[in-house]
Amino acid sequence: MAQLATVEKFTAPVTPPATRQFSLAWLGVVPFFAFAIAFMLFPAGSLLVGSFQNAEGAFTLENIAGLFDESIRNSYWLSIQISLVTAVGGGIFGFLLAYAVTLGGLPKFIRSGLMTFSGVASNFAGVPLAFAFIATLGRVGLVTALLKQLFGFNIYDHGFNLYNFWGLSVTYMYFQFPLMVLIITPALDGLRREWREASEILGANSWQYWRYIALPILLPSLLGTMILLFGNAFGAFATAFALTGGQLQLITLKIGAQIRGDVLHNPGLGYALALGMVVIMAISLIGYSWLQRKSEKWLR
Amino acid sequence: MSKSSPWAWFWIGLGVLYFFVPLFATLEFSLKAQKGFYSLTAYQVALTDPGFVRTFTFSLTMAAATVLVGFLLIVPTAYWVQLRLPRLRPIVELLTLLPFVVPGIVLAFGLIKLYGHPPFSFTESELSTNGLLISGYVVLALPYMYRAVDTGLRAIDVRTLTEAAQSLGASWPTILFRIIFPNLRVALLSGTFLTFAIVIGEFTLATFLNRPAFGPYMNLVGDKTYIPEALAIITFALTWASMGLIQFFSRGTPGQGPLAGTR
Repeated sequence: MAQLATVEKFTAPVTPPATRQFSLAWLGVVPFFAFAIAFMLFPAGSLLVGSFQNAEGAFTLENIAGLFDESIRNSYWLSIQISLVTAVGGGIFGFLLAYAVTLGGLPKFIRSGLMTFSGVASNFAGVPLAFAFIATLGRVGLVTALLKQLFGFNIYDHGFNLYNFWGLSVTYMYFQFPLMVLIITPALDGLRREWREASEILGANSWQYWRYIALPILLPSLLGTMILLFGNAFGAFATAFALTGGQLQLITLKIGAQIRGDVLHNPGLGYALALGMVVIMAISLIGYSWLQRKSEKWLR
Repeated sequence: MSKSSPWAWFWIGLGVLYFFVPLFATLEFSLKAQKGFYSLTAYQVALTDPGFVRTFTFSLTMAAATVLVGFLLIVPTAYWVQLRLPRLRPIVELLTLLPFVVPGIVLAFGLIKLYGHPPFSFTESELSTNGLLISGYVVLALPYMYRAVDTGLRAIDVRTLTEAAQSLGASWPTILFRIIFPNLRVALLSGTFLTFAIVIGEFTLATFLNRPAFGPYMNLVGDKTYIPEALAIITFALTWASMGLIQFFSRGTPGQGPLAGTR
């Protein structure tokens, strides 16, 4: 106790008299909290309240029950599928790239080039990304035309379509795997050389090192980052809208149509759709932070 | 270091293809506006279109306002939390992570539901709708701006700087604007370019708030030929420039990497 008191005395110059300081100190963060309440908590809260109200404003659980209607369930499921596919696919590809530049013994400039490009590509999304992929894999896109000319192979005759599930997945991958590279490269840097050497001295081969040491250490960051990628794709609207024109029944596109003109003929159900998205995003973020804490045990 | 493995080259080769083929295809297409030879006609048409000039200027203005409002909100808060209210740090950090949980489309929905009708009809006048758009953009940029500022603040000795300024008789505004802000140059520049990259082509909020921004404009000209491709290349170049500037300014400052995006 006595020691604490001395410490306080030493830091005293910054702090005016205690009584005044208390009220003033809180004032300093009022603008930020006011902003957060007005533009984050209240809008989210108003969607929450709206989800539990019927057209007359009375309490109801019907909107929440409506989320389990077939067409809406299918929308959520389609969004989840596309997010899973691009998160796992982008995650694995991004990991292999990060592995190649950290432990693959490539020249230094390749690493800095990859990092720069990942920074750009992970930010290149939305409408222009859709345009780029239409020019590449659209019906008259460069790659489509090349495959037709060189091999007589029309990908559109063989089930590929840029404007459906797989086309959108390929497009999303353009911002998904760079994000993985950006986040997982520092984690790979954290694998210590000593661990590998120690395992080699004990007679482990490369496979055993990866299976029993490196992968278990990396697993939380790998899974955590994939969850981040999942959320990244799950909330995407602009890319999907510009590419498919709202044709695909993704949940974000459905919410977009609802904002434009109450296509569900039930405003409350629209709010419930948004609430469902927030719940799924919240669950994934909680999973992410849990895995993040696990991975900090070994890395860094 | 061990010698490079062929697999490493294979994956990098695949990555390079994934990065560059769409870019090359778009670039090649955008140069074909004249029959028979490559030309910059599409770029000339795109850049001189009055719609382009108007919407691009609008988005630039919105980006500048977002940066200004965002930093005026975040820097004093992060500074104050670090200096006086460390107990609040978890709450402030949680709030800055909230935009990750609320996707852009849901944010747009919430803002329109709350501020699109009486008693708070912000969407009645152009000025207040722009205000709403800027607030939405600040929310979108919040996690990245806060992270940049927080890392910057941890790197400088906030307490000593503040005490030194106080003992020389500086007032709070002087401390903030003549000591803290200048010391956060790198963080502020990174945050600025990141915000610029987020806002300039942003589509979702601008569309639903019905603002004449660059993102919706690009979507509008999407059914023309050659122009969309030219715009895509221009946007890519702008994103690259923003990221390059961030890397340039944050050399040797860890934790200021380029990480952001609106999808």
